[in-house]
Amino acid sequence: MNVLTCKELSKKYGRTPALSGVSLNVESGHIVGLLGPNGSGKTTLIKLANGLLTPDDGTITICGLLPGKGTHAQVSYLPERAVLPEWMSVMQILDYYADFYADFRRDAAQEMIHHLGIDMKQRIRQMSKGTREKVQLIMVMSRQAKLYLLDEPIGGVDPATRDYILNTIISNYNPEAAVVISTHLISDVEKILDDVIFLDRGCVVLESSVDEIRETRGVSVDALFREVFKC
Amino acid sequence: MKWSFVNDLPIYAQLIEQIKVGIVTGAFPPGERLPSVRDLATEAGVNPNTMQRALAQLESEGLVYSQRTAGRFVTEDETRIGETKRDLAQKHVARFMEAMRSLAISREETLSLLEAEFGKETGTNECPDM
Repeated sequence: MNVLTCKELSKKYGRTPALSGVSLNVESGHIVGLLGPNGSGKTTLIKLANGLLTPDDGTITICGLLPGKGTHAQVSYLPERAVLPEWMSVMQILDYYADFYADFRRDAAQEMIHHLGIDMKQRIRQMSKGTREKVQLIMVMSRQAKLYLLDEPIGGVDPATRDYILNTIISNYNPEAAVVISTHLISDVEKILDDVIFLDRGCVVLESSVDEIRETRGVSVDALFREVFKC
Repeated sequence: MKWSFVNDLPIYAQLIEQIKVGIVTGAFPPGERLPSVRDLATEAGVNPNTMQRALAQLESEGLVYSQRTAGRFVTEDETRIGETKRDLAQKHVARFMEAMRSLAISREETLSLLEAEFGKETGTNECPDM
């Protein structure tokens, strides 16, 4: 089943085009990498899927619905920047998510927090950047959503934290749901992806499975990316 | 199990080879239940669908089998495991031979290099107490 569908989707900021006629499908059970250099439209696409932006042209649907109230309940979104209120403790964050989202699996979140050895009373403000990112991801992955939109989940954290984040994504894998990960740190994520979508200046330039790229071209996705986007 | 991946081969093919190594070396003993797809995928740091694909291939090769509710098990067929070990060894030999050919090393030189290497090995094996 298609979880995310875009048809001829376009978005401009003033006169600057961010997305131009993007058509794509993301199926349930798939982990998809949305890959492209800075300014290629990755975040714009994710914001459109969340209803934070509205398209100028074309459509974007989640499980057949236009972004809105109905889809917010099905989409779990990790924004590019940390958004957890800094004054809250872990315990309060858990309450906050449980209040907001009917699909929040509090037990799962609590277990992951416990596993990291984070004190429930610790406030976000008192945490390192890496710990904040981990907590934020735990909250996002603890929802039983149909679509997870992760905007740069591993940017700006150390390799051990990266591994932790990627492992959290794998261990929360649900065959009914789809995960879209936008990033330019390709070599780190390619092993956990089914498919990749290359965006270049607002257009889809490649849609393929990771193993298909490796099989037919004999190179990693990372190497192909460097070739396609060579400056 | 330690998992490692190279860049120029499909990930599922590398998973198949590494699980085979696990089976022939006894890391996954005959008749033993394999961890779940999700656990194996998490351990290897790979996509669960890719792991599933690798296990399905191993199943069609008769190295693992499924039991409807209990999960996946390593075959108890020692002959099959023996054949797999030989196949894996042959692949290494083929790679080695290719490397020797690309260095233009003759058959005799190759053999004497191998013998010297075996000599070294016996040398180290003579002092097992450390």
